Amino acid sequence: MVLNWKIGGPLLGIVFFLAVLLVKPIGVSTQFVVIDGVLWERNAPGLITQGPDGGWTSTYPYFAKYAKDIANPVNYSVIFVAAMMGGALLSAVAFGRIPLRERFSPALWSANFRTGWIGRWVLSFLGGVIVLYGARMAGGCTSGHMMSGMMQTAVSGYLFAFGAFLTAFPTARMLLKKEA
Amino acid sequence: MEIALAIGLGGLFGIMLERIGATDPNWIGRMLNLTNTHLMKTIFVAIGTASILMFGGQMLGVVEVGHMSVKAIHVGVLLGGAILGIGWAISGYCPGTGVCAAATGRLDALFFVAGGLIGAGAYALSYPFWEEIGFLNGEKWTIGEIPGASYPAALPDLPITGDMVGIGIGIAFILIAILLPRRLVGKAAPVTDAKAEPAE
Repeated sequence: MVLNWKIGGPLLGIVFFLAVLLVKPIGVSTQFVVIDGVLWERNAPGLITQGPDGGWTSTYPYFAKYAKDIANPVNYSVIFVAAMMGGALLSAVAFGRIPLRERFSPALWSANFRTGWIGRWVLSFLGGVIVLYGARMAGGCTSGHMMSGMMQTAVSGYLFAFGAFLTAFPTARMLLKKEA
Repeated sequence: MEIALAIGLGGLFGIMLERIGATDPNWIGRMLNLTNTHLMKTIFVAIGTASILMFGGQMLGVVEVGHMSVKAIHVGVLLGGAILGIGWAISGYCPGTGVCAAATGRLDALFFVAGGLIGAGAYALSYPFWEEIGFLNGEKWTIGEIPGASYPAALPDLPITGDMVGIGIGIAFILIAILLPRRLVGKAAPVTDAKAEPAE
């Protein structure tokens, strides 16, 4: 059972506040690029190169921006995401009981799609491609733009939220008609 | 020290995402198809709380203004947000909740993360195109002028400081959460309504 919003909301807000107080605003989607770079570099070295001044760069302009992180992936932001996964796992073990059927396909999707769990996995994969493409174009995701951005009164955060809900509401209304 | 903070803050964030139901695609789906606004209320309160604490702390001088990090506003923010919104509704995951859901043992989330790596890689390769057509150029605007920060203000002539704007919006967000109806479409079915509001 999830926390009531009157408790969950303030607690989540405190976490976002603590992140800014102690280090910097929370963001996640950049790490997908860094992990991509690390995987690429591991399988086909040469994506990033070290210049004479010791700084890292890449012939691919976007990877060049993150070349330093790709060279040294054990940094704050990557560890943060790894710790998020650990925290979510601990919390799920301690409080959550996710049934096996739910792990294959969430109830709401099972109710609305007749394609079974393989169809759900395909949708989930496609969703991932679309979400991260959009997040990187926007320069952040729900955490970095919507939550961290709006709490700082960043105008970009509001524009991002407007764009995201502009398509998310109609898409969900069309695809998820049955309730579960 | 930084690594310890990453573990502590990341861990807390992961726990909270799981506890509010954000790692459960059903709750995301119910929010996006407007049949249950519970998660939306949680998010409004969270943004409001964080904003009030941060700007309040900055006014009192206990929060370092330099820790703020405002992102630039450009066409890509709107277009990218709109693209993300479609995938968000299709999958029920966003980047942070997707990796956390995968960690909790949701198998579909593993596919979301794999797709995410492909999507991020595809963007990295297509980045020069978006850069070239000027979709990624813009200023790092905040709404009001924040004392001690160098961000340009979208509304520079406000009678109050950017700190006060942030606190005001924070209070407004919490009020919106309180006033927001439980569902925004259709009639409340008794069964869903019973579990619409989790126990406190």
